[in-house]
Amino acid sequence: MTRIGRLFRGLRTEGKTGLVAYLTAGDPSPEVTPRLVEALERGGADLIELGVPFSDPVADGPVIQRAGYRALQAGTTLRKVLGMASEIRRRSEIPLLLFTYLNPVLRYGVEALARDAAAAGIDGCLLTDASVEEAGRYVDAMHGHNLDTVFLAAPTSTEHRLRLVARYSTGFVYLVSRAGVTGMRDTLSASVVPLIQAVRAVTDLPLAVGFGISRPEHVAELRGRAEAAVVGSAIVSLIEKAAGSELLEARLESFIRELKGAQ
Amino acid sequence: MLKASEPDPGGHFGPYGGRYVPEILMAPLEEIEQAYRQARQDAAFQEELAGLLKHYAGRPTPLYYARRLSQDLGGARVYFKREDLLHTGAHKINNCLGQALLARRMGKRRIIAETGAGQHGVATATVCALFGFDCVIYMGEEDMRRQRLNVFRMRLLGAEVVGVSSGSRTLKDAISEAMRDWVGNVATTHYMLGSALGAHPYPLMVRDFQCVIGREARAQIGEMEGRLPDAIFACVGGGSNAIGIFHPFVADEAVRLVGIEAGGRGLALGEHAARFSGGQPGVLQGAYSYLLQDEDGQIALTHSVSAGLDYALVGPEHAWLHDSRRAEYVSVGDGEALEAARRLSRTEGLIPALESAHAVAEAVKRAPDASGQVFLVNLSGRGDKDMDIYREHLGGLEGEPR
Repeated sequence: MTRIGRLFRGLRTEGKTGLVAYLTAGDPSPEVTPRLVEALERGGADLIELGVPFSDPVADGPVIQRAGYRALQAGTTLRKVLGMASEIRRRSEIPLLLFTYLNPVLRYGVEALARDAAAAGIDGCLLTDASVEEAGRYVDAMHGHNLDTVFLAAPTSTEHRLRLVARYSTGFVYLVSRAGVTGMRDTLSASVVPLIQAVRAVTDLPLAVGFGISRPEHVAELRGRAEAAVVGSAIVSLIEKAAGSELLEARLESFIRELKGAQ
Repeated sequence: MLKASEPDPGGHFGPYGGRYVPEILMAPLEEIEQAYRQARQDAAFQEELAGLLKHYAGRPTPLYYARRLSQDLGGARVYFKREDLLHTGAHKINNCLGQALLARRMGKRRIIAETGAGQHGVATATVCALFGFDCVIYMGEEDMRRQRLNVFRMRLLGAEVVGVSSGSRTLKDAISEAMRDWVGNVATTHYMLGSALGAHPYPLMVRDFQCVIGREARAQIGEMEGRLPDAIFACVGGGSNAIGIFHPFVADEAVRLVGIEAGGRGLALGEHAARFSGGQPGVLQGAYSYLLQDEDGQIALTHSVSAGLDYALVGPEHAWLHDSRRAEYVSVGDGEALEAARRLSRTEGLIPALESAHAVAEAVKRAPDASGQVFLVNLSGRGDKDMDIYREHLGGLEGEPR
């Protein structure tokens, strides 16, 4: 079992809803990312999604698109993100999930990535544009190195598709709360509860809900419904606004604490 | 020899194609595939499409023997399939009419599309006017600048044209933005993808809608020459006009199929859109195929004087035709394409689209050494939209010697 598996086992035992924090690795620069992760952890984040920037992020809204652009401009590569993971691992046992698109992984080599990611202390991987139908070889490689493979479930997914997603997922299933790209919204989508019920009907895996979650009240709404809430664009937006400021780490820490406080 | 002219159930041509999209689009793609497979078998659908192609778009298009050009070249007899004569000025309308009927069948009344040169955007805006659909076209700001006449045409037709300022501000970025729109509005919206690209079933469906080009040309060349052509030339951006004319000839092994990519300004990554010579297989915007990318798997910038060929990925069926050696792919640079356009204008009174000029250039290059052969060139679009670029590169031509 990976750190991800142990985290969710603990959350279930305690009946808590965990907080998954996304940031684009290398934004504003590769050197800063490990410190930002530490700040997120101090604030109470339970799991970190390390976004590997991709030039053509079709599933991302403007906030994460801009972060990816900044990270690429700063020279971030998948190899460098693995280096950041190793550095984070020297001081922390927080679960780490790589979050990216398929092409950089294909270019790196699926087997090579599984080997190097495991060595760097990564716990699992989520590839936004790798459908379960196309993911067989990738899933085998990851599982061969005891890494989790997390897949997305969406409001449009049919029952048949949810079963496929559940079959290929390990660690947890990532529920996309609403139709749309990543980004902040005022209210949590009404489609969340039916989606949670539909996924629960086909799997016992823990569920994390993301897309559009940016406020403490959103996290609070998921309490008792999902094992974790994922916050991405709100964190990335804060990094964008406060990059270069000495207060960035403190502000990230307090933002996560605020989100967690909702529990 | 090539056997797989149909993709497998997952939409793969050999290893290429497939369905690489976020989960939220998977069920909608399954829905389109199902609707399309029904429509394909539905005589009423096919009859309505045939009627629109004939009475609205202007099919069949002529096959024209270019006597003066052929004599001038002193080798092959060169024929042009005149897709440039179609309503809206290019082959794109063939696919748009088909997808519009499909969208209506699926109850979708909002259409989104990407466009590079603007030809697919104009064709989409046109069918949306005809069917009474709402229409939003995504177009890179760089392409809006170089194809501004088409931007105005789309707006005149009632479409909303949204400029895309991310990345290279060209076709690739327009597709990403259209996909983002679709992800958010998939319940009400049909994505009218314009080339033989993207996730399954688009490469199959777009090819089928464009195959009318090759079917007509096959019958026409039979009537005019009493035999099949020796070689067929077509430009390849995503590759829809090329697959449309190639596909009905794939089983005819003696017919050489030649796809022409944009050689742009040179061989360095970023200076061209020659995916077969400069790329490796990878995934972009839904499909696995030959892709221009850097060593970290980031998508490379591309360049072509022709906006319609300026794209980092080639359509997956072309990748399969390439690997199976059924078709050959070469590249033609900006300068050769411009020169071919001037030559065709002067000898035949045909001003080609810059995209099609790439195919003309390759045929012109080979014709002198192909005495007794019959060449078939897909003149996929006309050059009206390219006047600014022709003027910029070829000059005002005042007082130029003939």
